[in-house]
Amino acid sequence: MTLHLAVALDGAGWHPAAWRETPGERLFSAGHWAGLVAEAERGLLDFVTVEDALGPQSTLPDGPDDRTDQVRGRFDAVLLAARLAPLTTRIGLVPTATTTHTEPFHVAIGIATLDHVSGGRAGWRPQISARASEAAHFGRRRFPPIDQVLNRPGGVDLSADPHVRALFAEAADAVEVARRLWDSWEDDAEIRDVATGRFIDRDKLHYIDFEGGFFSVKGPSITPRSPQGQPVVAALAHARLPYEFAAASADVVFVTPRSAEHARDIVEEVRGLSGTIKIFADLVVFLGPDAARRKARLDELDGAELASDAAIFTGTVAELAGLLLEWRRAGIEGFRLRPGAVPYDLERISRELTAELRGRGAFRSRYEAGTLRGLLGLPRPASRYAEVS
Amino acid sequence: MTRKRQVHLAAHFPGVNNTTVWADPRSGSQIDFASFVHLARTAERGTFDFFFLAEGLRLRELKGRVHDLDVVGRPEALTVLSALAAVTGRLGLAGTVNATFNEPYELARRLSTLDHLSEGRAAWNVVTTSDAFTGENFRRGGFLDRADRYERAAEFVRLSRELWDSWQPDAVLADADTGRFLREGAIGTVSHRGRHFTVEGRFTLPRAPQGHPVIIQAGDSDDGREFAAAHADVIFTPHGRLEDGRRFYADVKGRLARYGREPHQLKIMPGVTFALGDTEEEATENAALIRRQQVGPQTAIAFLEQVWGRDMSAFDPDGPFPDVEPDLSEGVSQGRVPIKDRAEVAAKWRALAGEKGLSIRELVIEVTGRQTFVGTPQSVARQIDEHVQAEAADGFILVPHLTPGGLDEFVDRVVPVLRERGVFRTEYTGTTLREHLELS
Repeated sequence: MTLHLAVALDGAGWHPAAWRETPGERLFSAGHWAGLVAEAERGLLDFVTVEDALGPQSTLPDGPDDRTDQVRGRFDAVLLAARLAPLTTRIGLVPTATTTHTEPFHVAIGIATLDHVSGGRAGWRPQISARASEAAHFGRRRFPPIDQVLNRPGGVDLSADPHVRALFAEAADAVEVARRLWDSWEDDAEIRDVATGRFIDRDKLHYIDFEGGFFSVKGPSITPRSPQGQPVVAALAHARLPYEFAAASADVVFVTPRSAEHARDIVEEVRGLSGTIKIFADLVVFLGPDAARRKARLDELDGAELASDAAIFTGTVAELAGLLLEWRRAGIEGFRLRPGAVPYDLERISRELTAELRGRGAFRSRYEAGTLRGLLGLPRPASRYAEVS
Repeated sequence: MTRKRQVHLAAHFPGVNNTTVWADPRSGSQIDFASFVHLARTAERGTFDFFFLAEGLRLRELKGRVHDLDVVGRPEALTVLSALAAVTGRLGLAGTVNATFNEPYELARRLSTLDHLSEGRAAWNVVTTSDAFTGENFRRGGFLDRADRYERAAEFVRLSRELWDSWQPDAVLADADTGRFLREGAIGTVSHRGRHFTVEGRFTLPRAPQGHPVIIQAGDSDDGREFAAAHADVIFTPHGRLEDGRRFYADVKGRLARYGREPHQLKIMPGVTFALGDTEEEATENAALIRRQQVGPQTAIAFLEQVWGRDMSAFDPDGPFPDVEPDLSEGVSQGRVPIKDRAEVAAKWRALAGEKGLSIRELVIEVTGRQTFVGTPQSVARQIDEHVQAEAADGFILVPHLTPGGLDEFVDRVVPVLRERGVFRTEYTGTTLREHLELS
């Protein structure tokens, strides 16, 4: 069975000094991203994710820093994914969009539109924004400073923090609204019946009548049901509360094990919450025979050793393939690899890692489906509002 | 020899109203990306200034139910425009986005992204909504009364421009040798406290290729005109007829000096339809046929119901005009621009139908028509040229009645004549939309 492989794209790669190996000003051109996604598609990867946030990157937990030696600035990820859709034909496109300050209606039709323009290859990674600095970009809500949240008595169990809990509850409502809107047009709502003059059968358009503590949304969507029906929802999760969010709301969860043993524990915990969610592990990867030296050089340029929420792998492609297969035995079904630097580490993944895995009978030799759901083995669901006949 | 005033042209993707004819066998999908690609590439082949997408954030309703007689369903505008940036090279990409149900930081960022990803071709048509009906789809709800709409929009645009300006043009050095990605102090902090918005912080994108994406405004009220004079680069108007257009043109251009702006810095582009034929007679017949397709029997009754405010389905659309009084209480239509004085409109329609002996459908065809340019390619090109030379417009936003092929014939047959007349570009001379529109 094929292992699922995705690549997380962000700037010049996941090392803050990675831009020094790649022409940095190109980060703000479509060409940079087009090259990366074409490379990933040549490697037959399942999908790429695109990072995003409603504020600039920073080394501080909350608010901008004044560093001038790291990449600052990022495109809106949904629009970037849409820009890449016509340049690709098979690979899934999974942008991040924040749930905290955005309108669920706009996000839902944006992702549905991405699904239309890509012919069924859209996903969405919903993400909360807990930062006071990002709340100040909207001026509608006042959030406690993050350091205050982190330093509350009882330590850093964010799951216990009422502010964070509320943001996850809001995210769950946002996904619920999106999913209802995606179903609010049945597949055969458009009838073009000349005899009666009706373009649509309005009995097949549905109000979603969502009422929650954060917002209410009437519906129906303004966008017809998209090729996948339900675009793929993927959530990054490091702890119990986000696991619960992912299990209830997402099709795919990205988890961050430190070892095969840890992976087994996480899989057990997540499986206790959902029997069907696809479990992917995130890894930051520096590949090639001189991977360790490359990473050390970048660390030196940045003035600090790379820190990450995900485990950091340095080594050869063969070693990484061994690790992925070991983690697969622990119940991990796919991997979201975060290349340390692009295009170098991406090319090692798309050209060499895929070949290595294929040699071990663990990766596809051609795209076996035309939609992202198809690649992930997820069926296309009927609209929840469709009457079963 | 002085150069003749040049014509600017834009292509409006067919909308979700009865201008768009879906019952014609040539009518294709309103949602498949291929339809957007076809129309955008046709417009680019015709060296148009820009491609235009409208917006409506709630499906229209009549008598409490979703209106089912017109085309329904469209994409999120900026997302589809970003995809179109990949398959076009010069065409401007204009999206209608509501200022009432969006926040400046997020929308300014999306527009800047589109401008970067299209290398300077983004435009924003700023619209506002005051009805609670649309607000039911949003956190914000429908809380603004009419008077506040333009004030909020104006503050929105000013704040967006502050955000777009907050990175100095040379902020990104990306100098690997010195390790400087950013120039020291080149990103400003925006600190805005206004009546509608309080925004504090740093923007997330370098200055866009156009600096500021092009701003389009479509309102026609006095407030709308003043907003356009103060803030807009293009105004999208309903005034497509010559005399009407000249009055509007003089009025709006006359307001610019108050804001220290020159007449060429605001382009006036009425939205117009067209019908072509090999002869004038054929074009007239074609126009009449399109009107009958646009106003089918059920649509005629639906128009009547919007004015009369009651169920009129018992009447025969091809029969005589009914002699009943309108119900002026609540109205039955939601999600459209409201009809201002229904009693007056009803009286006018009744009088006209009586005078000319028109059936319901014939009357609706007559009073809701906005067929602006009808004729042979030569005559349509001449009419367009004359409007522009007479300062009734700087150009037009063409609204084809068919998706996606409705612009093909115009580009194949009218554009060459405009070029021969020396009033329309034969190739793009600039790369950005601001350059196409000669705004600087």
